[in-house]
Amino acid sequence: MLKISLENLGRLFDAVSEKQTLYIPTDREDGAAEYRKYENGMKLSRNLNTLRSAKDFFFPQTENLADFKMEGKKIEVIDIREESEDFVVFGVRACDARSFTILDKVFLSEPVDSYYKNRRDHGTIVTMACSKPAETCFCGTFGIDPTAPEGDAACWSDGESVFFKANNEKGQAFIDSVAYLLEDGDTTKLDEVNAKTKEILGKLPLANLSTEAFGGDTLMEHFRSEKWAELSESCLGCGTCTFVCPTCQCYDIKDFNTGHGIKRFRCWDSCMYSDFTKMAHGNIRNSQLERFRQRFMHKLVYFPSNNNGEFGCVGCGRCLSKCPISMNIVKVMKALEVK
Amino acid sequence: MNANDTLIPHIGVVTDIRIDTPDVKTFRVNAIQADGTVSGKVFEHMPGQCAMLSIPGVGEGMFSITSSPTNKDFMEFSIKKCGCLTTWLHAMEVGQQITIRGPYGNNFPVETELKGKDLLFIAGGIGLAPLRSVINYVRDNRANYGDVQIVYGSRSKDDLVDYQEILDEWMKDDGITVNLTIDREQEGWDGHVGFVPNYVKELNPSLSKTVLICGPPIMIKFTLAGLKELGFTETQVYTTMELRMKCAVGKCGRCNIGDKYVCKDGPVFRFDQLDELPDEY
Repeated sequence: MLKISLENLGRLFDAVSEKQTLYIPTDREDGAAEYRKYENGMKLSRNLNTLRSAKDFFFPQTENLADFKMEGKKIEVIDIREESEDFVVFGVRACDARSFTILDKVFLSEPVDSYYKNRRDHGTIVTMACSKPAETCFCGTFGIDPTAPEGDAACWSDGESVFFKANNEKGQAFIDSVAYLLEDGDTTKLDEVNAKTKEILGKLPLANLSTEAFGGDTLMEHFRSEKWAELSESCLGCGTCTFVCPTCQCYDIKDFNTGHGIKRFRCWDSCMYSDFTKMAHGNIRNSQLERFRQRFMHKLVYFPSNNNGEFGCVGCGRCLSKCPISMNIVKVMKALEVK
Repeated sequence: MNANDTLIPHIGVVTDIRIDTPDVKTFRVNAIQADGTVSGKVFEHMPGQCAMLSIPGVGEGMFSITSSPTNKDFMEFSIKKCGCLTTWLHAMEVGQQITIRGPYGNNFPVETELKGKDLLFIAGGIGLAPLRSVINYVRDNRANYGDVQIVYGSRSKDDLVDYQEILDEWMKDDGITVNLTIDREQEGWDGHVGFVPNYVKELNPSLSKTVLICGPPIMIKFTLAGLKELGFTETQVYTTMELRMKCAVGKCGRCNIGDKYVCKDGPVFRFDQLDELPDEY
């Protein structure tokens, strides 16, 4: 397997970033990891995962959809779309990598969202296997193996070297572009690391979390469950869970008058917010219970129902560690599976 | 990046504005042709389908296309003034350009399930707008359908949408019965007085009819209950829904009823389909 020593990884980053924009997870001053545009000398984070998911690169929090010029009774539509530049997102974890399979089902289904597709076409995702899964991790529940991540190319660290493998043509092109920095390496130690990781995964507190209760014809049963009242009682409707979620994709479209034209933006939205479904004549989800239920029903029942049973969650655990009232999808799953 | 994207709208021109009621206007919309002339339609549609209309800087909203696809000259939208965007639309003058994209959603099954059937249309207030598209489609393809009965009610006689068209065209057609009603007695009105659900029960329509219903949620609820009392089954009653929408193509995530998106899987539903879904509408 092709590898590069850990101490030379910076040279690889330098080489990649000379040709295209490279984003890597790096530690902030407060210790949390976030993706940043790579600059010479920047250190790869040793954190398990980034605060915000990698969805930002393909579905940004705010983006300009179109511009308009208004003159008297006339309107001119200005198509501001441009071909994206090529870029690489390095160090995406297996959970976040799977989130793109889910987002693809939304944005690449007909009619294709050209804004998302443009970035997907030009972005290369290089994933990084996990070796220290956390207590909040439950990607295994959704059939994700963090020691064999998806993505265009994947990499593994055995503590001394980083090993690379392509998962598709785009990933192969990435490896070819840095092949002169790579050498053949022995994976004995890496195999040991992966085996150890799997052992840890089996012992994680959420290792036995099951999706069994959510298959088949359970829509109305779960919708009518009496558990929602207690589960949602303390929900603040802050939307943090949707903000950090790698698969949350609801959006709003809003216009902004710049003074010399109108800019139409697409912005992340949250089904947890009270005005999400508010219309001139009323609101179909007036209570936080209904909004809370919508979010989890979407991930656990509605999305699978429309996508051959695939769930809208990847078990990254961000919502577990970030919810201010410690409510999360795991508690919801556990409560709903008890009849 | 020259692939079309449904989120990038076309331009339409408002070429006629008809004042229907104190708070409903019907807007005629034409396309701008390549040579600059204003004529024809921006796109084709089927009865029951919708379009996203917008005034950039004000907002964008989903509206039912009230004209029939058999009308080859223009599209029409009957719009009630009730919010920010609709207030702006009501202030428009002829010649104003708007943005338009679509068509979105499914349609009333005029070429399949409704073909050859006796049809009963039940509408309340602005709820006539989506049904008018079907009614005129049926009138223009008369041989394909059986008897047509239209029960239409509103708060007062001044709130009946398309009133002149009903009097001058629908009521004069052979094989079409129109039953109008208003909520309360009013000077100058010698027609029926009373709420739509009760009127439908009084009329005691034949169970052989297929029903298309649109109006305020409360009217739909009681009318459906009345129809069931008469012996109608949910499989022979259709309605059309409306929820808040942004994208209109099932991606922005807000107009779902259970696992169905009103913009994409609706807006037309048969009541037995709604039975299997949460009542979040």
